[in-house]
Amino acid sequence: MNGHVTLGADKSPRAKQITVISGKGGTGKTSLVACFAALSRHVVLADCDVDAADLHLVVEPRIIRREAFTGGKRARIKADQCTACGRCEELCRFGAISFDGPGNSFIKKTFRVDPIACEGCGVCHWFCPAEAIEFLPAVSGEWFISETRFGPMVHAKLGVAAENSGKLVSIVRSEAMRIAGEVGCGLVLVDGSPGIGCPVIASITGVDLVLVVTEPTLSGLHDLERVADLTRHFGTPAMVCINKWDLNAEMSGNIEAMARRRGLHLAGRVRYDRAVTEAQVQRKTTVEYKEDGSAADIRDLWEQIKAKVGSAGTAPA
Amino acid sequence: MKIAIASGKGGTGKTTVATNLAWAAARSGRRVAYVDCDVEEPNGHLFLKPRITSARAIGRMHPEVDDDKCTHCGLCGEICQYSAIVCVGQKVLTYPELCHACGGCTLVCRPGAITEVLRETGKLEAGMAEAGAAKAGAAEAGEAGTIHFIQGVLNIGEAMSTPLIRQVKAESTGDELRIVDSPPGTSCPVIESVRDAEMVLLVTEPTPFGLNDLTLAVEMVRAMKLPFAVVINRAGIGDRKTQEYCRREGIKIMAEIPDDRRVAEAYSKGLLACEAVPEFRLRMEGLLDRLCGADGLASRNLPPEAAR
Repeated sequence: MNGHVTLGADKSPRAKQITVISGKGGTGKTSLVACFAALSRHVVLADCDVDAADLHLVVEPRIIRREAFTGGKRARIKADQCTACGRCEELCRFGAISFDGPGNSFIKKTFRVDPIACEGCGVCHWFCPAEAIEFLPAVSGEWFISETRFGPMVHAKLGVAAENSGKLVSIVRSEAMRIAGEVGCGLVLVDGSPGIGCPVIASITGVDLVLVVTEPTLSGLHDLERVADLTRHFGTPAMVCINKWDLNAEMSGNIEAMARRRGLHLAGRVRYDRAVTEAQVQRKTTVEYKEDGSAADIRDLWEQIKAKVGSAGTAPA
Repeated sequence: MKIAIASGKGGTGKTTVATNLAWAAARSGRRVAYVDCDVEEPNGHLFLKPRITSARAIGRMHPEVDDDKCTHCGLCGEICQYSAIVCVGQKVLTYPELCHACGGCTLVCRPGAITEVLRETGKLEAGMAEAGAAKAGAAEAGEAGTIHFIQGVLNIGEAMSTPLIRQVKAESTGDELRIVDSPPGTSCPVIESVRDAEMVLLVTEPTPFGLNDLTLAVEMVRAMKLPFAVVINRAGIGDRKTQEYCRREGIKIMAEIPDDRRVAEAYSKGLLACEAVPEFRLRMEGLLDRLCGADGLASRNLPPEAAR
């Protein structure tokens, strides 16, 4: 899939990007992305939920390339050179330095950096009068290019207690776009993360469409309002879909009314269906597992999304 | 005692467990605080319906450059690891939303052209929530109580939530029991929320996604050397692999909450499950007893493997 394929900038237009997010977690983002992948059959997947990625559990990728992710640098005090002057502790704004490091030949105790609290600013390293603080790039995760039964996929795993998820999301997205260009695929599907913070912002900026998946609960309504404000803030076109809508039909109506008021397009409703979890247990997408019920709703939903993205420019291949 | 409620996967029931635990604790006469650290999407207020009595803007520092004093030496851009300040020719550009407020640029600026100014990034709100009807003698009879309510609300478009979370947590000192509702995931905002907890309850659901994200959350709390236990919500859906995983790893399951449509309906309407479903209340009271009793507090200094 790479190497022999020439980058056809003039023959294939830039791929469309659709990002699926939710604000509130657990509304069914990943299950829907997997279904869309199964339905489109010609897609590059990008799992940008880098600190709790699940898409791989359903699409079962075969990893063909893996790369280390360097999110930033970390400070480390070289105990043998530390004079315990305390300048680093004084300057650190993150409370990452404490006076409990091992001793050396001239002092009983030295300073130590807590790698989890360290935000990698480098101030301690810059100002250490004894030049006893190392400041080196830290590997804080891994990203992968894989093959799946639906097409290529780029995914990642952020290291335990690591930072800079936004940067990792950007890498996953740009790699997915690069591959789409190489293989001449017109669509990149991005599985986003919950919330409205750094990884979410990195997953929605500059995409062609955001699909917000919500659920008919008061929390779902509240979180959708905040996500809608976020997509407007970044000027990204957005559509809304209510998953498990029939669990509270009245709330679904309220959510749709709110979405309309905020100028969001309605993409569709998906009914509550235990088959969604059954399919997940069998590592299948819902649309592969069954034809009717929620699977039929998801097909309709995908048609709406395709129509919307198509109308924004050329249709995905 | 500080209990943090976390989960790798979103939507597993963190807020349900956290708000109902706070309610049960208040009903049992404890001085309890509910602290919503999910500042990107705070939802606890929907269920506890607090009376907010204080609200204040929370900001963080970022550099401002005095062009008259600036000599364009470029050191500020050199020390900054976040590309929040760059010197391009005769101009210094700042990007406040990328700034971590480490203070490095101010420190390296020899002509003293940089000052740090405050920029609002969110709000901190506090108040009281009632747990049950406020009538005479109700508190003594265990029919009422109050919850000290604290939440942070991140402004839209702000990328970094950790500084706000830090301030939200600082607000709740002085309560006997603090229940911290964390954001989902395993990265920086979660780490800030749980880092000084005496017990982390990982709420999961027994599905492949739930289990995958639980294992990530377990890796996180183990790396942070925090005592933890698991609560399985919606038990009965999916499969038994989560229970098997916990048994294999020697992780204590503090509660299994059966899948119950009545709980989901109460949640959808913004009602506390403890008030709507009597069996759910009993489970929360049991969980609270275990957390504050021999299984929880007393064993909190033991590694989780030994706490079985």
